[in-house]
Amino acid sequence: MARSPLRIFFATGSWAILAFLVLPILVVIPVSLTDTAFIGLPKDHLSLQHFDTFLHSPKWLWATWTSVWIGAIVAAASTALGTAFCIGCWFLSDRAAMIARWVMIVPILVPPVVQSLGFYKFWVTLGLIDTHFGVILAHTLLALPYVTISVFAALTNLDRRIPQAARNLGAPLGMAIRTVILPSIRPGMFTGAIFAFIVSFDEIVGVLFITVRQVETLPKMIWEGIQESIDPVIAAVATILVLMTLLVTAATVARSYMSSKPKLT
Amino acid sequence: MNEKLHYWMLALPALAVMIVFYIWPVLNIWGISVTEPSTGLDNYTRMFDSNAVRVSFVLTFRIAAVTTIMCLLLGYVLAYTISNFATRVTPLMLGLVLLPFWVSVLVRSFAWIVLLGRSGLVNDALIDTGLITSPIRIMHNELGVLIAMVHVMLPFAVLPMLTNMRGIDDSYVKAARGLGASEWRAFREVYFPQTLPGVFSGGLLVFVLSLGFYITPALLGGGRVMMISEYITYQIQEFLNWGLGAALSVALLVATALVLLVAGRFVNLRKTFLERG
Repeated sequence: MARSPLRIFFATGSWAILAFLVLPILVVIPVSLTDTAFIGLPKDHLSLQHFDTFLHSPKWLWATWTSVWIGAIVAAASTALGTAFCIGCWFLSDRAAMIARWVMIVPILVPPVVQSLGFYKFWVTLGLIDTHFGVILAHTLLALPYVTISVFAALTNLDRRIPQAARNLGAPLGMAIRTVILPSIRPGMFTGAIFAFIVSFDEIVGVLFITVRQVETLPKMIWEGIQESIDPVIAAVATILVLMTLLVTAATVARSYMSSKPKLT
Repeated sequence: MNEKLHYWMLALPALAVMIVFYIWPVLNIWGISVTEPSTGLDNYTRMFDSNAVRVSFVLTFRIAAVTTIMCLLLGYVLAYTISNFATRVTPLMLGLVLLPFWVSVLVRSFAWIVLLGRSGLVNDALIDTGLITSPIRIMHNELGVLIAMVHVMLPFAVLPMLTNMRGIDDSYVKAARGLGASEWRAFREVYFPQTLPGVFSGGLLVFVLSLGFYITPALLGGGRVMMISEYITYQIQEFLNWGLGAALSVALLVATALVLLVAGRFVNLRKTFLERG
């Protein structure tokens, strides 16, 4: 292949930019292995003490578990609500449905601090401050835009004549949805659910506003850890999260190499 | 007609929840801003008279603008390489772009604190190599905030540009080359104009998200680089000044809406927000 200056510029530039994107994240790994009691590179030897602290701290473990189960409920709730919404709008396909779709993505556009202030005031009136249900409700609202975007993307690829054929053959609406539409948009629902889980699992600003002491999530623990004292245990937690992401990314990349068609998104 | 009712019954639960528990509370912020601590527009007069507020708004727009430009420049190079040079490493490159996207903003900000802090790895390395004798300040200032913000926002700029570039037919560039244009000229005059929709999309996304960004500026700025979101929480947490906080929130919302309104003339908002992949 011809090596033109333009090509060389773009290719080298890209690797430099990718290094800027990825390498800073990886620094949490050596730092988590430090043998000191403060954030820094290991001094004399590598140590797993900070992972040990994490694994033996009821507070950290409990917060992790809370984030996981809240994320799971949020994923289920927002995927169910969002999928029903998208199917309804897809059938309607009129101006009103278009406006409804815009309403559903408003949480992407509103600044996190502004929406959290709104949540706080309303949650006080509802008595939902510092409750798990309050967090689940807030996170479900924040996850809904991502679910509707990915489910609707799956629906646009669906041929309208297929559910119509099922209807013409006598299937009631519910049956047509269950047996024809849902199976064909499953990948979109799956992507939406993953997005919803991640949105909830990582969400911090809302939680800071609407919880006090009863509800501790993992991001809240990390946030407080960074604010109060920079304890290397945060580096251990960060390393665990980064390694999990690395594994999933590596698996996805490997799969796209295996299936010879290099396309990820 | 009966059919239509069924469809609305599917759409309604999510829509109702969104309107009652999200749209309504957000609109209600306006109510707080004109009732606390006393009824009237006092909070707004205070806001417009305050020098600190003006400084914070200017800072917010400046940081958002610089972040957007940097993300577009760096993102363009990445998106171009990934979509135009099909080689063995293309899937790997795409994976590396998406990797930071899935790591939480909190963890990424923490990584930057570890790197850029007073006794962070960058300062340590510079002192060890003898380039400097005492730590330099790369965090708790605008530079630190900008570096971390570009890092967080970059994937948001790359993805829309990538979608756009993948849809570009390469026969136009080939035709230009065939007619004798240099590679650079074909890029500048034929390829680049076709990528503008993606550039605008990515730029708008990054700009809007940056305007309201809280976590990274709050952590990397150390109270010295107060973007408007942090200013709002500061007013509420330190002074319990809900009224002014609410008025500032309304101002930030209006600013965001204006940006979208103006951008709507150049950018396909539907493609940018509703139909992003």
